[in-house]
Amino acid sequence: MAELDTSGGGKKGGGKVRSKKASTRVDLTAMVDLAFLLITFFILTTTLQKPKAMDLTMPDKDDNHNQLPVPETRTMTVLLGKNNKVEWYMGLPTKPLTAPTVTGFGKTGIRESLFEKGKEVMARSGKEMIVLIKPSDKSTYSDMVSMMDELNIVGNQQRAIVDISPMEVDLLKRDNIY
Amino acid sequence: MARVKVPRKSTAIDMTAMCDVAFLLLTFFILSAKPKTEDPVHADIPASTTIQALPENDFSSLLVAQGKVFFSVEGAEIRVETLKGMADQYKISFTPEEIKAFSSLENVGVSITYLKQYLNMTPKERSTVAQPGVPVDTTDNNELFWWVKNARKADKLVHNKELRIAIKGDSKEEYPTIAKIIKTLQKQKVNKFGLITSLKTVTK
Repeated sequence: MAELDTSGGGKKGGGKVRSKKASTRVDLTAMVDLAFLLITFFILTTTLQKPKAMDLTMPDKDDNHNQLPVPETRTMTVLLGKNNKVEWYMGLPTKPLTAPTVTGFGKTGIRESLFEKGKEVMARSGKEMIVLIKPSDKSTYSDMVSMMDELNIVGNQQRAIVDISPMEVDLLKRDNIY
Repeated sequence: MARVKVPRKSTAIDMTAMCDVAFLLLTFFILSAKPKTEDPVHADIPASTTIQALPENDFSSLLVAQGKVFFSVEGAEIRVETLKGMADQYKISFTPEEIKAFSSLENVGVSITYLKQYLNMTPKERSTVAQPGVPVDTTDNNELFWWVKNARKADKLVHNKELRIAIKGDSKEEYPTIAKIIKTLQKQKVNKFGLITSLKTVTK
């Protein structure tokens, strides 16, 4: 198979007729091929299966922890509603600095707002924007992960996951995403 | 003039040694690979762009799907210590056989009162039983709280390291279930944990 005929013609005529000795060598090329194929398969399936994770750090829930007052001009609240929709506003829920806006995830969704508002806050106060994430009961786990991911993409470090207040639930209801 | 005959050499290479090496490697990889553990419920994990690899040891994962929670911790030694801690906590004594069965149990998805009965089943019987998940609530009788607490204690005792905890949640899981688990972890001052995700690339 993978061997060239190198016998060189052989002697012509004369001599005794000998029975041809069959070679005992087996061609192992195909077997090696198969073995390496299997090795590749096993390496790929084992290393690709290792679980990977996104880190999530929650604020300390200590009761006697000194909580610094947060300037509302620097806070952005993101409410997670149903059907992968989010609603965001700046400032307090009672008197938002910008009207609550419903948007989705992705490049043209919340990331754009995070990016713009983050830059605005940075230019005005010289500090990073604080993002409060408030998942409602109708939001899913993937919404939360996507939201944290958006913040990672934008590079925002000042973030917290906070419980939603009834007023904000009403806001979501009004905008039909609860 | 006679032409000089160049002796033709054989082009066949001896593949025996290569074959040996290949099969040796193959054997090594097969034996060193951990058998894939079948999750009791399927969880469709969400994707994120920033991820870190998780350690293989000193690691505990909480599988969350269909509103149920399954607790698991790596390492037979740590499992045994965790079970001992749980036995003290709930005043249930386990026989050496039960402890041995527990050390090879991948997931805990039953309440502690039912665990004894569950451990006495054969693996085949176990697979037919639908596990209801570890009870989680906000009271003091939160079993998940004690599982995590005892696993952390056990890891400290056996390896003297901090146990890394990760949540493996189904992407369609409703947030309140996740919130309950995060609260449980925060109650014991576990403020940093991982969320198991798959990798996706940023859509620019």
